[in-house]
This record gives sequence, structure tokens and C-alpha cells, in this order.
Amino acid sequence: VRLKMDPIRRSSTLRLTGLLCLLFLVFFSRGFASHDVVSEKSSGTTQEDSRSQANSTAHKKTFPVLSFNYEHVRTPFEISLWILLALFMKLGFHIIPTVSHIVPESCLLIFVGLLVGGIIKATGEQPPILDSNLFFLYLLPPIILDAGYFLPMRPFTENIGTILMFAMVGTLWNVFFIGGMMYAVCQIDAAKLAHVDLLSCLLFGSIISAVDPVSVLAVFEEIHINELLHILVFGESLLNDAVTVVLYHLFKEFAHEQAITVTGAVLGVISFFVVSLGGVMVGVIYGIVGAFTSRFTSYSRVIEPLFVFLYSYMAYLSAEIFHLSGIMSLIACGVIMRPYVEANISHKSYTTVKYFLKMWSSVSDTLIFIFLGVSTVAGPHTWNWIFVIFTVIFCLVSRVLGVIGLTAFMNKFRIVKLTKKDQFIIAYGGLRGAIAFSLGFLLNNNEIKNLFLTAIITVIFFTVFVQGMTIRPLVELLAVKKKKESKESINEEIHTQFLDHLLTGIEDICGHYGHHHWKDKLNRFNKTYVKRWLIAGERSTEPQLISFYNKMELKQAMMMVESGSAAKLPTIVSTVSIRRAISKSREEEIRRVLRANLQNTRQRLRSYSRYELLNDALEDDISEARFRKQKEMERRMSHYLTVPANRQETPPVRKVFFQQEHKVYTYDDSESPRGRASPSCADDVSELKETPEKPDQSSTPRANRDAELKPKEQDDQGDQLKVSRCLSDPGPNPEDDEDSTFLP
Amino acid sequence: MYNYKHYCKNLHKYIHIVDVCFFTVSQEQIKNLYQRFQQLSGNHEKISRDDLERIPALNNNPIRKQIITAFFDKRNQHQNDVGSLDEIGFEQFLMVMSHFRPVNSTATEEEKVTVRKQKLRFLFNMHDTDNDGIITLDEYRTVVEELLSQSGAIETEVARSIADAAMLEVASTNVPHMAPDDFYEGITFEHFEQILKGIEMESRMSIRFLDMNTATMRCGKLSS
Repeated sequence: VRLKMDPIRRSSTLRLTGLLCLLFLVFFSRGFASHDVVSEKSSGTTQEDSRSQANSTAHKKTFPVLSFNYEHVRTPFEISLWILLALFMKLGFHIIPTVSHIVPESCLLIFVGLLVGGIIKATGEQPPILDSNLFFLYLLPPIILDAGYFLPMRPFTENIGTILMFAMVGTLWNVFFIGGMMYAVCQIDAAKLAHVDLLSCLLFGSIISAVDPVSVLAVFEEIHINELLHILVFGESLLNDAVTVVLYHLFKEFAHEQAITVTGAVLGVISFFVVSLGGVMVGVIYGIVGAFTSRFTSYSRVIEPLFVFLYSYMAYLSAEIFHLSGIMSLIACGVIMRPYVEANISHKSYTTVKYFLKMWSSVSDTLIFIFLGVSTVAGPHTWNWIFVIFTVIFCLVSRVLGVIGLTAFMNKFRIVKLTKKDQFIIAYGGLRGAIAFSLGFLLNNNEIKNLFLTAIITVIFFTVFVQGMTIRPLVELLAVKKKKESKESINEEIHTQFLDHLLTGIEDICGHYGHHHWKDKLNRFNKTYVKRWLIAGERSTEPQLISFYNKMELKQAMMMVESGSAAKLPTIVSTVSIRRAISKSREEEIRRVLRANLQNTRQRLRSYSRYELLNDALEDDISEARFRKQKEMERRMSHYLTVPANRQETPPVRKVFFQQEHKVYTYDDSESPRGRASPSCADDVSELKETPEKPDQSSTPRANRDAELKPKEQDDQGDQLKVSRCLSDPGPNPEDDEDSTFLP
Repeated sequence: MYNYKHYCKNLHKYIHIVDVCFFTVSQEQIKNLYQRFQQLSGNHEKISRDDLERIPALNNNPIRKQIITAFFDKRNQHQNDVGSLDEIGFEQFLMVMSHFRPVNSTATEEEKVTVRKQKLRFLFNMHDTDNDGIITLDEYRTVVEELLSQSGAIETEVARSIADAAMLEVASTNVPHMAPDDFYEGITFEHFEQILKGIEMESRMSIRFLDMNTATMRCGKLSS
């Protein structure tokens, strides 16, 4: 069965392409979903083949040249098709920009799911429903891990009180308010809902009240709201899992028994603490073990990322064994593990972890929304106007009341108060999602279940579609603060640390054991005991400022190497502004030439076996780039800052850098750059504009080079040229093949 | 035990010091601070550097010297004076503490800007030890070295390179088009403000306990 993808993809209209792909895949999944192996869609030849094969086996044993056996690959095949569908949809939405500006991706995906479900149903098949097992065990963990691992710790801990308040008290309020009000609604004769008792309503309330992290992430990520609001809503959605789990199980048990006792209630409260704290503890244990393991993984770097994933997943599963809060366990594991693991694993592993997490969470997220759409079409529905409408209304009302009440309370304790605008966004951002649906799906099968499911789906649709679509224009309208472009600045880092110490000191002078005091204590404990155990080698004693600095400068070096312009050192050295010295077109040309050369030289890279990562050229380049930057930095420093004694320093130093640029510009793989060095260096490149000095972060200085540099720069111009040429472009003889490994 | 009579007599003066029209203050807080002051000074009228250095909790703080110096720095008393005092009374103590008040959420934009400037000025004074109005490279290097001083044997090279990089960053963001013969003297207060504008000083540089809204005063008028 050949895939007829290629000719279709080349068609001009992308929409048509997308739609055709979609239909094609749907037909495939539909076709193979049926138990009819040889459907009318498959080609005639294979049919004949199998028939003739069947015939021939009856007579004589001919060797089957081409056979058809779909059953044994069926499950993975179907799964792959669904995932492919999800990916094509994601791709499609980004290719077609107009729609994705107005409608958030989650809405579009649900819509696609509806479409697919509709098509499947129209062809007479039963569309698959979002299986709760599949959801909780496979689809949800990657998203939560991604969120937890990359949780911005500073805003999270600064606002932890507010977040916990919203998550715990807020959700409790929602549950009881909605449960109670819905029970009141059910008493209305017109609704014909008298069979729904209080406990069932409370159970319903517990399912529907929790803010869903998947939906919140999906919508909030696109609106780029400021960090505070983002962490408040998102943190709430993560931490309310404990409350949801406890209440859900509690009411489920009681609904079964039709009575609620005082002991039951007390046990419920105790259970809440057990679930949340137990979940966190499980996560912490796995986190510590994972961090400890990563201390030894330098012996086999390839499997490092797997440790991170597996320990986290095990933490989730272990918590689920005991009905503890799996989400909190996963978050705790990621948060604890991260600082130590990052100090231990190689840079490549770090990148792998980051990208795999993003990839999995992205796929999960897409699949969840598509399946939500499909399940909507699939599931048996009991539509009751009154129930559904009142559910939606009460969800909104309770959320608003809850947020207002809690903010009024929390503002007494907050330094940065939450304004009315903030409150509105928090209330409006309380989206429901797939967790509610899956929990509802797990209910025992009875007539009430369908009623609840319908209402749940309606609320989900309402929040995702209506609130999701309107939140962006509302954010614009209310001029809510957006996320700041985070420019990593070493000055800010220095001063953040300085402020921490300053405020701790002031607190100590006042005799006030506040926030900073305890944070400082924790940091010191961390440094003296924990880090020694969990971080390998001398990195365990590295102060944070230095790690930050090294990280920043490593990033810079990587950027430079990747743009193939390490020889262009002076002009592209920082993220701040590359633009000014050379005109854009010239820069583009240079880049293009470099890139072309990069392609050529890349083939010369040695391939590495799976079993060991050879120290390949890229890492050499990085250290090379760092080294060069450091030299360059030295030079600039002495020119720029410090003592006037060095003032006769100079223009020639900088102009030589430009000459290198020329060199690079005409660099050809076959020719050694050094050949050109001598003639061009002598030229004066006066017409070139000045490069603005850029902030540059050099690697830890090598003391000997430092010493070497200073005296040389006192020399006259000719010597300076020579010297700079020597330093930036290592001489022709000693390191002859330096450039061949230089550009990977 | 504190000198209650003395305290009551001067209460209005203390309140006035701390109240710079946008802060909330309560008598409770001033009383707490006064009690602490008495504790530190051993019931004397003034405290000296030694009194502050004796606080055990400060021993682990890498920048304790700078913090203590800041208390005795005349520039932080807002009287256009320079130099340093040998000992300070409660009023001066309060004056320094007032730099750490959080801003009232009802403050207007310009009030917030003023507060922010005041806090940044405090920080600037801490770095600019020779009071020439700019933070030179050496002063900045000292700052970084002090910050890293508690972390064991750090090569001064490393601290230097960090300070150098930071300085370069300030230079390039504030003075992007430097001519070849130019020489960046040091960080002026304007540049300092510029590079730290990403940090929300009004809320970051504040101590929580100074913010109980029991009484609000606006420009000297008690409202509750």
C-alpha cells in the first residue's frame, strides 16, 4: 500500500493539502479500524495476491512474493497514524497564520477532532473515546513534567502562599458552591432531575471545579502574559490536583454508600494531607535519587536524559499506586532534581532533555485536544438544557466570587498587591479541560454519568472556545502587562544576588525572621550539605553567580559557532545588538557564504558510534570560540575601561578585527585563510564603520595569556597588528590543521 | 525594656521621618523598631558599628561590611551631607530603614518613580564608596569579590572577569557608540538606573514586616 502523499503535497493550496491529508489519514484510520482487513480501499492487486495465495496454498506451496498481514502491526500503526494526524494539524496551523492569530490552537484542535469524529461516525464506525487510562498514564505525564521541570522557581516560591490559597481554598469553595447550587437546581421540578442526589452533585462539583493545567498552558502560552499572573493561574492548576483527587474519591465512595458521616468527613481531611504531602514526598525521594544517579552518569553520557525521564515517570506512577497526587509528585520530582542534574549532565544531554520534554508535551497536548473533539462526537449524550446552562453559569460565578474573596484576603499579606485587572484575568483564566472529562468518564456507568459528561463537555467547550478566544483581545483591551523580554543580564544577576544578601542583612539587623532569612538559611544548607552529595566534582562548590556567568558565555559561544562566524568574533558577540556595524546585506552575504562552507566541511565530521560520543569537533569549536572571545575581551577591556595608562590603545586593534572579516568573507574551503592573512593585514580598513563595543562575557581567563597580552599592547602599531593577527589567527605553522576542524 | 517616656516624646518626630508621603506606617512598627534599637545599643542613645557587628546572624553575610557602612553613611540621611558618622541615633536608624518600605499600592506613578529612585540611590551609595558620583571598575570589582567572598577559594581572576563583563555590558547599553578614543569612566547614577530597570525595585527592595496597614498617613496627616 503506497502512500500517495507526495503528489498531493506539491499542490499549491496549503489548505487543500491539509484537508486532503486529513481526509486521507482519516480514511486510513477508519479503514483499518474496521475488522475488515481487506477493505475496498486497498488496491486490487494485493487483494488478488492474497486470494491467489489462499488459492495456491490449497494446491501447492508457492513462495509468497508479496503478502499482506496487517493484524500484527495494527496497534502501533494506528497509534502512529493518530500521532501523525496530530502533528500535521499542528504544522498546518502554523503554516496558515491568519487563523491562529484569532483562534487559539486548542480550539482548532478540538474542532479538528470533531471533524474527524464526525467523519468516522458518518462512515458507520465507532470513533475512539479518550480512554482514561491512556490519558492519565500516557498523555498527561509529559505535559506535567515539562511544566514542572521548567517551572520558574523564583516567582513560584515568591507567590507560593497565594498559589496554595487559590489551589486549596479556591477549589474547595468551587466544589461546594457548584455542588450545592446544582443540587438546588435539580430540585426544580421543570428540570426533571430529582433523581440526582446531593452526593452526586457534590461529586459532579468536584470533577468540574478544578482548573486544568493543560488548557491553561495551551491558552496562556499564546498570550504572553506577565510572569506573575501566569504563575498564579498555572501554579494553581497544578496544585489543585491534590484537592481534586481527594474530593473525587471521597464523594465517589460516599455516593456509593448514599450517606456522609462525620468520620468520613474527618477522614477526608486527613486524607487530603496524606495525598498532597505524600505525593510531594514521593516526588522528592525520586528527585534526590535521580540527582544522585546523575552524579555518576559521566561514564555513559548517552543515557543521561533517560534517567531524568524515567525517574520522573516512576515518581508519577508510584504516587498513583497509592492514590496520592501524581501531579504533585511529578512536579516535586522535577523541581528537586533539576538544579543538581543540570550541574551534572553534559550540555548535549541538557538540550536533549529540554527538547524531548517539549516534543512529548507538545504531541500529548495536541492529541488530548483532538481526542476531546472525537470523544464529543462519540460519547452517548444526555442533554438537559437546564442542567447544562446552570452548570456553566455557576462555574463562572463561583470562580469570580472565589477569586475576589481570596484576593481580598491575600492582599493583606502580599507586597505586590493584585489589582482588579489581575483578578479579572485570574478569574477568566480558570479553564477546564481534559482532566475533568477523564474523571467524569471514570464514573460508574449509570444514567447520571451521561448527564454529567454532557455538562462537563459543554463547560470545557465553553471555557476553551469562548474564554480561550476572547482572552487575548481582553488582555489587549485591559492593557495587562505582558511578559518582559528577558534579556539575560549579568548586571541584573549580580544585583539580584546583592539584594538578596542585603535584605537578609537588614532583616537580621531588625531581628525579624522573615522571608529572606529563611531563604538564606535554606540556601546555605543546600550549599554545605546537599550540593556536596548530589553534584559531581568541583561544580558542587561553584557559586551561583559563576555558574550563571559560565552558562551565559557558553551560550554565546555556541551561538557564534553555530552561525559559523567564530572568526567574526568582534561583530557578533552578544545577543543585544548585532546589527549596527555592517550593513544588513553584507551581513547576509557573509552568513550565506559561511553557511555554504559549513555544509561542505560538515561532511568531514567523524560519525560516532552509539556507544560512545567522541569529543567531536563542535565541542572543540566551542572551547575555541570561548578562548577567542576571552582574548578579544581582554583586548577590549584594556582599551575600554581601566586605567588611563593604557590609553594609547587603539584604533588599530579594532580595525584589524575587520580585516579578519574580509578574510572570512572570501574564505574558501580549499584555501587556508592564513594565506590571505599577510597581505590583507597590512591594508588599512578605514572606511569600515566602527563596531559598537558589545558586552562580552569571556571564559575564565587563563592567567598566562593575560600576562602575555598586556605588555604586547604597549607596542607600536605595526607590532600590534602582528600581535593581534597572531593571537586571533594562530600562526601558519604550529596549528596547521586547526581550521580544518574549526568549521564543523 | 525601653525608655518609654523618651519614645513617646519623640514619636511624632519618628513618624515624620518615616513618612515621606507615600509610605504606610504604624506606630506598632515604630515601637518594634525602637525596641530593637534599644536591644542593639544596650539601652544607650546611640549605636556604633561594633553594636551592629556583634549581631551573630550577620556573620554569614558576604556583604555585611557594606551593609553596616550604609547605616553610618551620611548620604543616606538625605541631608546633602557626605562622610560617615561614628554612631547613629534612632532617627538616623529609622531613616536608613525607611529605604526598605514597600510602596503603597495606591501610590501614583510619579510617587513610585521617586521611591524607586530613592532605593536605587541607596544601592548606588553602597557601591560608590569614594562618593565621586560614579562606580568605577575597581569599585565594581570589589562588589563582585565581596559577593563571592563567602564561597570558598575563588580566584580573584574569576571575580574580575565577571565584574569586567558587567561593566562592559553597562557601557555598551548606555553608550553604544563610543569613539575609539573614548574611555568609559564608570557607571553614573543614570546608567545605574538604566541597567537595573528590569528589576522592579519598588517591590523587590522591601521588607515585609514594615507593611502592616494599621494607619495610613499621607503627608503628615493621620487618617485613622
